Amino acid sequence: MTMEPCSSPLLSIKGVKAFYGPVAALKGISLHVDEGEIVTLIGANGAGKSTLMMTIFGRPQASEGRILFGGTDITQRPTHEIARAGLAQVPEGRRIFPRMTVFENLQMGALNGKSSFAQDLDCVTALFPWLGTRAQQRAGTLSGGEQQMLAIGRALMSRPRLLLLDEPSLGLAPLIVKQIFEVLKRLNRDEGLTVFLVEQNAYHALKLADRAYVMVNGEISHAGTGRELLARDDIRAAYLGSA
Amino acid sequence: MEIFLQQLINGLTLGAIYGLIAIGYTMVFGVIGMVNFAHGDVFMLSSFIALIIFLLLTQILGLASIPLALVIVLVAAMALTGLWNFMIERLAYRRLRASFRLAPLISSIGMSIFLSNFVALAQGPRNKAVPSMLDEVFKLTEGHGYDVTLSLKQILIIAVTASLLFGLWYVVEKTPLGRAQRACEQDQTMAALLGVNVDRTVSATFVIGAVLAAAAGVLYMLYYGVVNPNDGFIAGVKAFTAAVLGGIGSLPGAVLGGLLIGLVETFWAAYFSSDYKDVAAFGVLAVTLIFLPRGLLGRADVEKV
Ligand SMILES: Nc1ncnc2c1ncn2[C@@H]1O[C@H](COP(=O)(O)OP(=O)(O)OP(=O)(O)O)[C@@H](O)[C@H]1O
Ligand SMILES: [Mg+2]
Repeated sequence: MTMEPCSSPLLSIKGVKAFYGPVAALKGISLHVDEGEIVTLIGANGAGKSTLMMTIFGRPQASEGRILFGGTDITQRPTHEIARAGLAQVPEGRRIFPRMTVFENLQMGALNGKSSFAQDLDCVTALFPWLGTRAQQRAGTLSGGEQQMLAIGRALMSRPRLLLLDEPSLGLAPLIVKQIFEVLKRLNRDEGLTVFLVEQNAYHALKLADRAYVMVNGEISHAGTGRELLARDDIRAAYLGSA
Repeated sequence: MEIFLQQLINGLTLGAIYGLIAIGYTMVFGVIGMVNFAHGDVFMLSSFIALIIFLLLTQILGLASIPLALVIVLVAAMALTGLWNFMIERLAYRRLRASFRLAPLISSIGMSIFLSNFVALAQGPRNKAVPSMLDEVFKLTEGHGYDVTLSLKQILIIAVTASLLFGLWYVVEKTPLGRAQRACEQDQTMAALLGVNVDRTVSATFVIGAVLAAAAGVLYMLYYGVVNPNDGFIAGVKAFTAAVLGGIGSLPGAVLGGLLIGLVETFWAAYFSSDYKDVAAFGVLAVTLIFLPRGLLGRADVEKV
């Protein structure tokens, strides 16, 4: 069912399995994300979506299969090296550093030693202007939506080629979700940023995405364009709460 | 009043040494949640390294200038002890970090026993005397039957401690390394996702802790004029008490705790009896923990399971 790309994809995951102790969380996942795409991954609670996001970064490491980024094999690389290869992640639960200031959180996102800090900071504050004016606020005191925007800003500070987001809309007001999705769309269109997005908010995600995958119990059950999946009754029933 | 003032000076001097050691406990605990039992012995090791280098410089190489010799001793002891602790962490703790929680602690107890016995075997188990030097003493008050004095060594201890604490503050607050350390302390996985090499950051933490404990070792050797392979244990326990008193994980807390323990001990010895000064120090810890379970400056979210 998966369409094979003509050129080599930016991210390609081939038969990846991952375990927590004896429990298999990923049971042979294959998917790919092409340069310039927005791809979304939806699935029920506990399907293994966050595990896949983390496995791309080697935590837990894939016990079988291969993960290629830009053609190079990153399956066995340590997490911090993967982060330096051009991928950035906005993980589940935002995970900002609560006892650092907003500015320091952004500094953490910039891979140190990079000379373009001021320029990258300008880009991020152009997206979320309040990050600039509240730079000295302790990140732990930000509201949930603000923390999510900070987490996205922090990930963008490394100027990634591929941005992974794990449920960025979780617990946020519809207006903020819309804002965040707008930002993703704009980055994708204007800067050519490739986006791989995990979402519970399936309707918005499927509308935003070029392509989508559905994960059930550690396996990919469906794949197709966002539009195709939105049109399927079984998907609508399972993930959109309407028949 | 004069006695009080004198004990204040003495207590702060001792407290500065405890504080320098306590920082190593609190930093390592903050970053990887491990109590490094061997830290006191690393301090003791430094006092021996310092004495050996000092004797080498002044007696074998014939260096006449004591101040110059001491500067070299301080720098060399800090560098060597830092390197030593770097290797300890690589050999004895790193692989165990992925294991069950108590594994590195147990390994550090073994390392503590190894270090004190290694030094006792290599240098002899008895006290080693340090040649007397820098014996100038300044009188702050005269008459009144009791002269308050401040010795050159005390000035030196306070000055060296203050500059090292400033340096530490700068590293932790203003440099990428310090930021990476604080990030690892708050969320190690997230730090790694942002490209922080966690292993290297942990190494750096052990080295910084050892460098400060090494400075304490040099100052201790200078101040007390005698070193012993067992010194690490008791000083380590005191400094650990200081770290817990101040709130383990908190850098200002470690310094504050060190100063308080130094003061309590000194005042107790002066006004009551020197027999129970250790009991007094632990008593203050116990009472403090009853009312402030996280220590004086401890954070609410310190207990990682
Ligand atoms: N650290 C862990 N240790 C053990 N099991 C884990 C761990 N993390 C996740 N799991 C298990 O792995 C499975 C997949 O979890 P995962 O977090 O990837 O699901 P998810 O698709 O992201 O779910 P959600 O939509 O609720 O976020 C679940 O059964 C979960 O219980
Ligand atoms: Mg999840």
